[in-house]
Amino acid sequence: MNLPVQTEGLTKRYGGLTAVQDLHLTVRAGEVYGFLGPNGAGKTTTLRMLLGLVRPTAGTVRLLGRPPGAGRLTGVGALIEGPAFYPYLSGRDNLRVLARYAGVGADRVALVLDLVDLTDRAGDRYAGYSLGMKQRLGVAAALLKDPRLLILDEPTNGLDPAGMADMRTLIRRLGAGGCTVLVSSHLLGEVEQICDRVGVISRGRLIAEGTVAELRGTAGLRVLADPLDEAAARTRALVGDDRVRVVDGGLELAVAPERAAWLNAELVSAGLAVRELRPRERDLEQVFFDLIEKGTADVA
Amino acid sequence: MSRSFRAETIKLVRRPASWLLLAITLALALIFTYLFPYASIAGGTDGPNNDRTLPMLLPDQLVGNSLGGLPVFLGSIVLILGVLTVGGEYGWATWKTVLTQGPSRLEVYAGKLLALTAAALAVVLAVFAVGAVASVLIAVAESQPVRWPGPGDLLVGIGAGWLIATMWAMLGAVLAVALRAVALPVGLGLVWMLAVQNLLAAIAAPLLDWVAQAQKGLPGPNAGSLVAALGAPGDTPGVAATVGGGQAAVVVAAYLIAFAVVGAVLLRRRDIG
Repeated sequence: MNLPVQTEGLTKRYGGLTAVQDLHLTVRAGEVYGFLGPNGAGKTTTLRMLLGLVRPTAGTVRLLGRPPGAGRLTGVGALIEGPAFYPYLSGRDNLRVLARYAGVGADRVALVLDLVDLTDRAGDRYAGYSLGMKQRLGVAAALLKDPRLLILDEPTNGLDPAGMADMRTLIRRLGAGGCTVLVSSHLLGEVEQICDRVGVISRGRLIAEGTVAELRGTAGLRVLADPLDEAAARTRALVGDDRVRVVDGGLELAVAPERAAWLNAELVSAGLAVRELRPRERDLEQVFFDLIEKGTADVA
Repeated sequence: MSRSFRAETIKLVRRPASWLLLAITLALALIFTYLFPYASIAGGTDGPNNDRTLPMLLPDQLVGNSLGGLPVFLGSIVLILGVLTVGGEYGWATWKTVLTQGPSRLEVYAGKLLALTAAALAVVLAVFAVGAVASVLIAVAESQPVRWPGPGDLLVGIGAGWLIATMWAMLGAVLAVALRAVALPVGLGLVWMLAVQNLLAAIAAPLLDWVAQAQKGLPGPNAGSLVAALGAPGDTPGVAATVGGGQAAVVVAAYLIAFAVVGAVLLRRRDIG
């Protein structure tokens, strides 16, 4: 089966600077894939290589199963590093010009303007658009070809909270409709809300890949009980020494949250006062920083 | 490529700067070719480099008069148009927007060059049209007979003008690709056309024989030779019969092709930032 995005050993060097290093990226059909990384990690360079704007120093790229060459972007829509249009044309006329390049009918222009809620201002000159309107026009341009693969680089940049929510809804809807979406972002909450899988890039290397749940790792339990020392000793006896840590005046347990009721009963029957017992999930932000830190240490 | 050509034509036609450049071109052609010389003749004044007589402003001199500005001044404006057409994509960062719609770089570039070629023809035709109207008005005002050049002369003149204007447009395009900008290519292009070419011709060539010989291979002197062979007034800057008309046409065509090819190679090889 052809994968929508597949890179092997993708590398880009600018003189002595390696922007992307030996990147093996795989995006599966129909998924919303989050490409996560701090500024300067190599996200945009990678996306530019996918689209043929930047030539790789080494490695290969296949989009929708096609190697580089004529017609490789058929069925692919993209918004890369912010919107860019002709300021003297209206939003609608910009899309009409792009529709000519894309070889799609003018009916698509009205449709995509409606999709991004820009129909009312489509006749205004692009130069007068707000940042959010420009961003929405950029997404409209990416949708012109009714793509099977959509590549979006920081699509919510410049949008207000309502616009961001609309954009997330649109991306989820596209994903649900069978469109494969590769979305880069440095906004963890955004990625968490819309992505099926996530790849984390740091210093040009893909340092982790998986679902959000996989990246978070095994869930556990947090327990607040008095007295703490006795609660810790009892818990260690119950679940094992290596599964219990004392953190911030409480216990963090590496056990399945489903065992909460059993644990509560055991601690209460031992005469301990259990004040709080709740599932503990690693915050994605913490996961992200841990990964970046680890990636940086590995490179160093 | 026809898609790209249509898209580029829309952009060129809808861009206010294109019309501004055309208006400047026509105003310059009208003022320096007809208005000032006619005012001088009518007022009986004289000055340096002004040996034009009334017969030189009449309709039968339309071809030479329309071509006279192309080696330098009108050529400079067409060069700016070439820079804007290609360099604008760098200035607005719209290369990525266009290329992610699917066309290849060469397809887009070819569309731009074709649109520039069409624009160069439009400019030359407009200059001829304005010149025709101006020369008829002068003829009527001076009670002179209205005689037109033969159709063959007109076609050759328009063809030569188109060739020269397209070459300058291609120079603008290749400068824009090479420097990936608008301002610097315009600046360098104008310095070359308005300053360096004139300095070479007026100062260096008379002093050094090898410069005089080298000039015979440069685009400006060949454009000047081509229009001189077709009757452009010799007192117009850049107009001089340095080489024969046939050779000049070949050299100008060679530059046109070279500029187009070099631009295409550079655009194809480089990353789009």
